[in-house]
Amino acid sequence: MRRFSWFNATALTLGFAFLYLPMLILIIYSFNGGRLVTVWSGFSTKWYGELFRNEAFLDAAWVTLKVAVFSSTIATVLGTMAAYVLIRGGRFLGRTLFSGMIYAPLVMPEVITGLSLLLLFIGIGLDRGILTIVLAHTTFSMCYVSVVVSSRLVTFDRSLEEAALDLGCTPFDAFRLVTLPIIAPAVISGWLLAFTLSLDDLVIASFTSGPSATTLPIKIFSAVRLGVSPEINALSTLLIAIVAVGVITASLVSKRAIIRRQRDEQAAIKAVA
Amino acid sequence: MTAPAEFSPWTDPSAKPLIRFTGVTKRFGDFTAIDNVDLDIFEKEFFALLGPSGCGKTTLMRMLAGFEMPTEGLIELDGQDIAPVPPNKRATNMMFQSYALFPHLSLRDNIAFGLHREKMPKDRIAARVDEMLKLVQLEPFASRKPHQISGGQRQRVALARCLAKAPKLLLLDEPLGALDRKLREETQFELMDIQEKTGTTFVIVTHDQEEAMTVASRVAVMDHGRLVQVATPAAIYETPNSTYVADFIGDVNIIEGKAEPGDGIMGIAWAEGQPNLTGASDLTLASGATVFMAIRPEKVRISAEKPEGAANAVAGKVLDIAYLGNISTYHVELPGGQVIKAQTANTDRIARRDFTWEDAVWLSWSATAGVVLER
Ligand SMILES: Nc1ncnc2c1ncn2[C@@H]1O[C@H](COP(=O)(O)OP(=O)(O)OP(=O)(O)O)[C@@H](O)[C@H]1O
Ligand SMILES: [Mg+2]
Repeated sequence: MRRFSWFNATALTLGFAFLYLPMLILIIYSFNGGRLVTVWSGFSTKWYGELFRNEAFLDAAWVTLKVAVFSSTIATVLGTMAAYVLIRGGRFLGRTLFSGMIYAPLVMPEVITGLSLLLLFIGIGLDRGILTIVLAHTTFSMCYVSVVVSSRLVTFDRSLEEAALDLGCTPFDAFRLVTLPIIAPAVISGWLLAFTLSLDDLVIASFTSGPSATTLPIKIFSAVRLGVSPEINALSTLLIAIVAVGVITASLVSKRAIIRRQRDEQAAIKAVA
Repeated sequence: MTAPAEFSPWTDPSAKPLIRFTGVTKRFGDFTAIDNVDLDIFEKEFFALLGPSGCGKTTLMRMLAGFEMPTEGLIELDGQDIAPVPPNKRATNMMFQSYALFPHLSLRDNIAFGLHREKMPKDRIAARVDEMLKLVQLEPFASRKPHQISGGQRQRVALARCLAKAPKLLLLDEPLGALDRKLREETQFELMDIQEKTGTTFVIVTHDQEEAMTVASRVAVMDHGRLVQVATPAAIYETPNSTYVADFIGDVNIIEGKAEPGDGIMGIAWAEGQPNLTGASDLTLASGATVFMAIRPEKVRISAEKPEGAANAVAGKVLDIAYLGNISTYHVELPGGQVIKAQTANTDRIARRDFTWEDAVWLSWSATAGVVLER
């Protein structure tokens, strides 16, 4: 154990304060009884009640969730396929160009992506709504998925696929029965990444959403421009809670997987000895 | 020991090979991994590929399994060009040098994998898998995952997985390297047994020449993508066609000299002021050409006195003695500085060494004991 030092303690406190103080203040004020956001007037949960009676917020939340689920799922399928072809497809004409192009949307400013999608949707006469947001989110989050999955595929032992073929699998079966189960963790984290990217995207969604569908980030942003309301604080607190639960669950699950694997290995070593 | 003596389809000109390589070359970029190979392998053979690391053994197998395409030449299976047949449609199974076990499946599911692809009924799959687990002595571990077993156990799973489908042609890339001696010998006999029962043709890569000698009907010695010699184990051992093969299989003494051809006899002038060595040979060489005599240590006799009537006799002194339990190897230095090994069997229980370090001794061998080689 390191010895406790004042310097370490101060650094730690300052660091965490910097990160979490704003959120803490937000959480505290979400339980404020008064209408004025900056004046404390007693504990109350009434803004949570108000929030759940606010149709507009609930609608936006529902739209956001739908968009995130659909776009991240489509992006995962497309991104995984793209990664597989780029890593496994051998050399084909324009492969280098393709693999470079898949990274381009990662570095493209969001404003440009959003604007160009908007122009495209107008050009083909697609009415802006849930569909256009899903398409837009799929477009940019697919690249993230393909980056995550291809970095896993690079280290994937090719001979496993060959063994599957050798034992009578069609190439598709080899992918379905051998490759996919083994790279599943990467695919799942790709999905999670796409899901969170879609959840908190403001810029692209505001280009591609229409009057019929608004996402939560847009709703919050426009509400705040009219002045911060305690309802927004309550909503944000709920979002923080959901994210915290998600992150903690994910880390617990992966930690348990590591522990179980280590225990299995220990057992195997004992059995051999 | 090996297949019955009368099994020698390669001597029968009318026999149809199961596999035929015709002028097969494989290049990776401008590196030639397989260099113009012509080879016939017959049904029910146990064919061993032997050669130093990187000589192209795995590449040859991967072409048979369908993972590499020959750059030039033709590979036929049963008279059919196999180039257009994808790996999953070939009647071959390969055991990978890296085992390639599926990490997400239990040993049982690994072994059953190929059987499920054949749409075999469930109960027959279970029975077959049990049989395989028993064969490789892994029944207690059936529900483990590959990362939960030892290296040797993994090797046995890989073996069981490719044996399970009982294919027409089995390609085993160093199947027994990680096993201890006893288990290796047991498995060798199992393989030969399977081969006899099922009539499967085996092509096996090994680094262990003793293994090749034990199990193989024929051995191919490879070097830099070329086949140097393809023959029965006995022929490879007794009549190697080059010093490379002689040196690769077993222990050998090689003495270089100048040819002095006679009638069916080759004289070899090997050192100033020493009588020529003689060996039986029908090589036709110009007088003075460089030749080599290859002689196995166990064919060299060691004695204190000059032996009478020996075709070859040289004097030297004992440099070193290696006692190996059942045999002793004497390293004898000849006047020119060359060291010759001579082996004697230790038949007495208490090792009685006739000779000790620095003793002056005579080495002798008959005219037919060694082989005379051009290169
Ligand atoms: N895909 C490849 N690309 C380029 N070179 C290759 C490739 N596969 C094999 N080689 C080269 O071809 C040669 C033969 O390789 P191969 O794997 O057949 O050797 P090997 O005889 O099986 O050796 P070992 O006994 O070490 O397994 C090696 O020099 C290797 O570097
Ligand atoms: Mg190899």
